[in-house]
Amino acid sequence: MLSEAGVASHPPCAFCMAMRRITGAVLPVLVVVGVIVAIWYLGAIQMNRAWTLDTAQRQGVELTAAEIRADAMAQERPVLPAPHQVVREIWATTVGEPLLIERRNALSPNPRNLLFHAYQTLAPTLLGFVIGTLAGMALAIAIIHNRAMDMSVMPWAIASQTIPILAIAPIVIVVLNAMGLTGLVPKSLISAYLSFFPVVVGMVKGLRSPRDMDMDLLRTYSASRPQVLWKLRLPASVPFLFTSLKVAVAAALVGTIVAELPTGARFGLGARLLSGSYYGQTIQIWSALFMAAICAGLLVGLLGLIERITLRRMGLAA
Amino acid sequence: MLNTSVISARSLDLTFQTNDGPVQALSDVTLDIRKGEFISFIGPSGCGKTTFLRVIAALEQPTGGQVTVNGMTPDEARRARAYGYVFQAAGLYPWRTIEKNIKLPLEIMGFSAAEQEKRVRNVLQLVDLQGFGKKYPWQLSGGMQQRASIARALAFDADILLMDEPFGALDEIVRDRLNEELLRLWARTEKTIGFVTHSIPEAVYLSTKIVVMSPRPGRITDIIESDLPRERPLEIRDTPEFLALAHRVREGLKAGHAYDE
Repeated sequence: MLSEAGVASHPPCAFCMAMRRITGAVLPVLVVVGVIVAIWYLGAIQMNRAWTLDTAQRQGVELTAAEIRADAMAQERPVLPAPHQVVREIWATTVGEPLLIERRNALSPNPRNLLFHAYQTLAPTLLGFVIGTLAGMALAIAIIHNRAMDMSVMPWAIASQTIPILAIAPIVIVVLNAMGLTGLVPKSLISAYLSFFPVVVGMVKGLRSPRDMDMDLLRTYSASRPQVLWKLRLPASVPFLFTSLKVAVAAALVGTIVAELPTGARFGLGARLLSGSYYGQTIQIWSALFMAAICAGLLVGLLGLIERITLRRMGLAA
Repeated sequence: MLNTSVISARSLDLTFQTNDGPVQALSDVTLDIRKGEFISFIGPSGCGKTTFLRVIAALEQPTGGQVTVNGMTPDEARRARAYGYVFQAAGLYPWRTIEKNIKLPLEIMGFSAAEQEKRVRNVLQLVDLQGFGKKYPWQLSGGMQQRASIARALAFDADILLMDEPFGALDEIVRDRLNEELLRLWARTEKTIGFVTHSIPEAVYLSTKIVVMSPRPGRITDIIESDLPRERPLEIRDTPEFLALAHRVREGLKAGHAYDE
C-alpha cells in the first residue's frame, strides 16, 4: 500500500495525523450508519409485505419471496418507505425541480421544490432563534441582578415549557392574525418561545459561574455592576451560552414546524408533513422529515463552528 | 510617637453567623502597621489571618472595633485605590492575555489607553515578565501566573499591597525564587505589604514584623519585630539570627495551640 510506504518513510506529519484521525472517525460512523440502513430495509420489507401479499391474493397471483421483497421496497404509498425511495424523492424534489417557475408571466418560487419549503421554514426559525436568544440573554441578566426577577420569572419560564406547544400555537397564530400579523412573524414567535428557555437556563448558570475570588477581585477595584457584567460575567458565560444555543436552534426549528402544522400553512416543511399525511404520501412525509433533520444538523454544525472560532479567539480553547 | 501608621486596628471583633452557630473569626485584634513595613500574618487555619486581611480590604465588615487605612475607613480607602490585593490563586481571567489581565483594574478605574500601555510595560518589567504580555494565562507556569497577578495588583500603584498566601500553591523551589523577587520588588517600590502565610521560613525571611495568630477565637498571640537586615540573600536562612526568630515564631504558634488541648 502506498500510504503504508509513506508512513514508513517519514516521521508522522500533520497531514498523515489528520488523515488517520479522519479515517479513524469515518469507519465507525459508516458502520453505525450501515447497521441503521440495514435495520430500516428489514423493517420496510416486514411492514410493507402485508399490502403486497394482499394485492397478490386479490389478483390471484402467486409471488416468489424475491418478488415480494422487490415489491415491498417499491410501493407508491408504503407504510414505511425504503431508504432509497426517500433518497430518490429528496433528489427529485430538490435537484429534479427548478427553483423558480413562471406563473402569470412572472418568475416565482416553485412550491414543488423541497428547498423552497426548507427556506420557508428556515427563515422564521432563524428569526425566532435570534429573538429567543436575545430575550433569553436579557432575562438571564435581569434574573441574576434582581432577586424579585429571580423568584418570579424563573417559575414562569419553566411553566411556559410545560405547556404543549401544539396547544398554544393555534392560539398564538389566531391572536396575532387578529392583530394583523401574518406570515413570518407568528411562526418565528413560536420558535422564539421554544428557543428562549435553554438560553435563559444556560446563561443564568454561565453568568453565575465566576468564582468568589473573581468577584472579590473586582470588588477591590470598586467595579460597578455593569463593569462586573461586562468584564467578568459575560465573558465567563460564553461557553455556557454556546451549549444552550445548540439546544435552542434545534428547538427553534421544531417550533417553526409545529407552528406550520395546525394553522393551514401552505408552504414550509410542516405544511409538507401535513399534506403528506392528508394524502397518505408517506414518502413525502419522510423526505420532509429528513430535510428537517438536515437543516437542524446544518444549524447545529454551524453553531459548533462559530463556537470553536469564538472560543479560540477568546483564548479559551487550547 | 508620630502618626505614621497606615493601617490601624483597634480591638477588632468579627463574628460570622453560620449554620452551626456563631463563629468568632477575630477577637480583640489591635495592631498598627507603619508605612513601608513588610508584615506577615502567620497561624494555623481558622486563626483569622485571611479574615483580617479581608477586613482591611473591606471585603468583610467587622462586627466590633475600629480599623482605619490611611486614616479612612476601609471602604473609603478602597475607593481611593489605597491597596492592591493578591489572592491565593493567580485568578487571571482565562479569556484575557497577560497584558489585558493587568489592564483590567486600569480599564475599570478609567486610565487612558496610553497610560495603560505605559503602566503595563512598567509592571511587567517589575515582575520580570517582559515578552509574555501577549500570552494567555494557560501558556504560563503557575509561578509566572502568580507574578502576573502581582503585576496586576501593582498596576494602579497603590501604596499598600495585601497578599493572601500568594505562593501557597507553588512548589518550594519556585516559592524561594518568588520570595527573593518579592523582597527586591518591595525594596524598589517602598510599598507597605501585608502578607498572609502558613510557612514559618517564608514569614521570617520576608518580614520586618511577624504577627503570630491562633484560632478559636482568632486573635494575636505575639508580635515579633525582626532585626534581620533589609538586604536578605536566601542564605540568611541558615544564620543563627534567622533560626532564633523562626524558633520564637514556632513557640508563639505552640502557645496559641495550647488553649485547644
